[in-house]
Amino acid sequence: MSDLVELSAAQAAERVRAGEVSPDELFAAYRERAESEELGAFLTVSDSGADDLAETPLAGVPLAVKDIFCVEDVPTTAASRILAGYLPPYTATAVERLAAAGAPMLGKTNMDEFAMGSSNENSAYGPVRNPWALDRVPGGSSGGSAAAVAAGLAPWSIGTDTGGSIRQPAALCGLVGLKPTYGSVSRYGMIAFASSLDQCGPITRDTTDAALLLRHLVDGGHDRRDSTSVDFPEPIELPSAERLDGVRFGVVAELAEADTIEPGVKALFDQTLARIEELGGSVEEISLPHTEHGLSAYYVLAPAEASANLSRYDGVRFGMRAGDGDLLSLYERTRSEGFRAEVKRRIMLGTYALSSGYYEAYYGRAQRVRTKIAEDFRAAFDRVDLVVTPTSPSVAFRLGERTQDPMAMYMSDYCTVPMSLAGVPAISIPAGLSDGLPVGFQITGPAFSENRMLDAAHALERAIGFDTSPPRRGAQAVAT
Amino acid sequence: MTTVTTTAVERAYEPTIGLEIHVQLRTRTKMFCGCALSFGDEPNTHTCQICLGHPGTLPVPNAEAIHFALMIGLALECELSPRSIFHRKNYFYPDLPKGYQISQFDIPLWGHGRLGEVRVHRVHLEEDAAKLVHAGSSGRIHGAEASVVDFNRGGTPLVEIVTEPDLTSPAQAGEWLRLLRATLGRLGVSDVNMDEGSLRCDANVSIRPVGTADLGTKTELKNMNSFRFLERGVAAEIARQEEIVRGGGQVVQETLHYDPTSGTLTPLRSKEESHDYRYFPEPDLVPLAPTEAMMARAREALPELPAARAERFERELALAPETAKLLAFRSELGDFFEAGLAGAAPSDEGGRGDAGAANGSGAATDPRTLASWITVELVSRLGDANPADSPVEPAALAELVRMVSAREVSGSAAKEVLDAMAAEGGQPSSIVAERGLGLAAADELGAIVDRAIDENPDAVEKIRSGKNKAMGAIVGSVMRETKGRADGGEVGRMVRERLGLG
Repeated sequence: MSDLVELSAAQAAERVRAGEVSPDELFAAYRERAESEELGAFLTVSDSGADDLAETPLAGVPLAVKDIFCVEDVPTTAASRILAGYLPPYTATAVERLAAAGAPMLGKTNMDEFAMGSSNENSAYGPVRNPWALDRVPGGSSGGSAAAVAAGLAPWSIGTDTGGSIRQPAALCGLVGLKPTYGSVSRYGMIAFASSLDQCGPITRDTTDAALLLRHLVDGGHDRRDSTSVDFPEPIELPSAERLDGVRFGVVAELAEADTIEPGVKALFDQTLARIEELGGSVEEISLPHTEHGLSAYYVLAPAEASANLSRYDGVRFGMRAGDGDLLSLYERTRSEGFRAEVKRRIMLGTYALSSGYYEAYYGRAQRVRTKIAEDFRAAFDRVDLVVTPTSPSVAFRLGERTQDPMAMYMSDYCTVPMSLAGVPAISIPAGLSDGLPVGFQITGPAFSENRMLDAAHALERAIGFDTSPPRRGAQAVAT
Repeated sequence: MTTVTTTAVERAYEPTIGLEIHVQLRTRTKMFCGCALSFGDEPNTHTCQICLGHPGTLPVPNAEAIHFALMIGLALECELSPRSIFHRKNYFYPDLPKGYQISQFDIPLWGHGRLGEVRVHRVHLEEDAAKLVHAGSSGRIHGAEASVVDFNRGGTPLVEIVTEPDLTSPAQAGEWLRLLRATLGRLGVSDVNMDEGSLRCDANVSIRPVGTADLGTKTELKNMNSFRFLERGVAAEIARQEEIVRGGGQVVQETLHYDPTSGTLTPLRSKEESHDYRYFPEPDLVPLAPTEAMMARAREALPELPAARAERFERELALAPETAKLLAFRSELGDFFEAGLAGAAPSDEGGRGDAGAANGSGAATDPRTLASWITVELVSRLGDANPADSPVEPAALAELVRMVSAREVSGSAAKEVLDAMAAEGGQPSSIVAERGLGLAAADELGAIVDRAIDENPDAVEKIRSGKNKAMGAIVGSVMRETKGRADGGEVGRMVRERLGLG
């Protein structure tokens, strides 16, 4: 059975359909690995999947779910102490749709608390190790989801991306991570960090698996439980392109040339640009002049929304409760004992940015930057079909390396935040290894251009031929 | 002639009053979730993950609430915002599950409008907070031994209506609030019950020297949960402000809690009012952009509104302004009145002769008389109850009024008939017949009048010398004799005739 974990999700589904393996056997094989893992990737593991999934579109291939998605009667914590013991009374639309399509939940994966972080070190339930190098972080905030897929503890997973939380861990773990167009996947049941930015998306071993999950995430269209969700204008196709003839790629000068990009990352980025041309695509430099303010705007807007989104954790109705019997101490103690430092930092930042007298200078100005960045992208997509950047300025860093320096940590999102602000889709694919560590290549397109984006990613993926297997062997060594 | 010298102390002040009204909408479900609205049900039985603010939940606006809010804005002749925005109003309180209230802020659904002589500043949609019940003597959270929360009310759709400071007296404020209540009630969008909190009113009060243009410093009065409390509270606050200003002091901008029991105004603790709500656009909702279809549906749903109805009653039926208002502002009385008129009116000329008792015969029911019977006699018997729920049929009351006008029954006997109708219904003609309440016949009455003249020589003397008041004694005597079956006017006429006073 050990060869099962060498299969991509789509390949595993084929084996199920061919009757070579049953969904139960597949679930059991992954369950065993998820149960015994030592990366810290899983927070809970499900007992069993549903029966009779062989005939479903996803054939019963089990799914790792970031612990930010509410699942009825399954502990859901967003990796926060404040939600310790919380059992949601309902299930998130994304999980529901994928389960209905035949992907039962394998378990809930670790993450940065309330999705705030880029290293998974902000979890209240311990860090996650990168299966490529156990002393390094898997990225964040969907670090558990990425580590689980990379290590073969799960065939595929879903995470959430607010400013890079799918793409950056996918890059650091040598995987494909896709953040869909804002609104295309329902946010209902996804614990909110920054509502205007949060999007659910797949973390997978290849672009085919990503397309497969995305297809069923957007299938069903507008979710009446999420007013901001929309109908995806076309079905998601499985990508098949092997060439890039006639596809125009724009390289964002401001992001690709930034000082923060490590030389190893830059080298693989340039190498990938060369591959694009080999495959018949064209590469030209473009400018997104306002993206250099993206990070600043993001770190005003996201904390501002978070400061309100996290107000509900007050000890009154659910989750953790501390206090000395009066209202003020209930609030103060519950929240000061329930939240960790990064969450508190962002609540304070956001509260400050929204305060009377500061609103215009911070929130108002950040919103204007956001509008400008969206305009930058629109202008760019008049000239080129797709825009490319490195995903993360660096490879996976060492555990503890940036925990004392929030600004260094925030820089991890430098190349991913602009797309989140603009609401456009973006995908990270592995470009290769730099000193044995994966480097991601980010492709972004106009809103709802996921099919085009996936096709380009697929052609590049074929040309690059990245080998995702080393960490699966490594993780088994850790586990046994 | 005395000259009045105006000094600071004696100077006259005029109050300026603006109102903020919260209206609970009578939708089937809550503003942002599918829970049923309820009043008085077992606590925490109408809740779900959304209105309890569980992680991951999202609000979905209630289409019916938007429809009702559109009707309200149309009724108040407001200007529509093509794209209004929901905001989050942030504050921590146990009655606010999400830690913010979804409300509207700088772009409300409706802008400037008008109702009667008062300009409307804005109308917006929001959600209600849950209900906190404090155990302990204070009844407020400070000093309470314990507090419990009932989330049934949390998330109820609210429309907030803010007026311009156009009101100038407590009585006018009360009167206008009655018009607003009648209007909302007529729209059918709310129960508008101040006792149950489906209509809640805060007042902004300031005073300024008569003749000056600038507004004085205002205070906000909370908890004006009846018309009487509103009028009393505002009057008390005006008096308080005048006393401060006359004493050389300055009014401080603050929020005051009106205690209707003691009639006192106490400042809310600064902690309760010094909120920085940190408003920002609600990212979970898209702008509210009413479509032409939504507007058309709202326009079609608009009934005739009380102000227009009162005006029509005056114009077409010649009702006195006060009576017209009374009927129009209590829509159920107006409906009863119009049903009575419709029932009394003959459908066509041919129907007149063979009409049943309720339809009457001969003279038609006079609208003014019917209006007066409804607003005085019927209301005194039914109080605040809806006459439609009483045994009195509108057409039957109209028939009774016609019988009085046609002198088939005396006024006082008719009141007895109405007593019977209010108790057990029935047709006035049958009641009159059963109880022998018909007017005394002329020959019978003549004998009784003659006797009364004989028995009251003093009164006769006074009448002869022009003291008409004395007629009362003779009429009273006749009424006693006939047990009210005589018409007072007719008796007077007969007495004068017999005394040769023509």
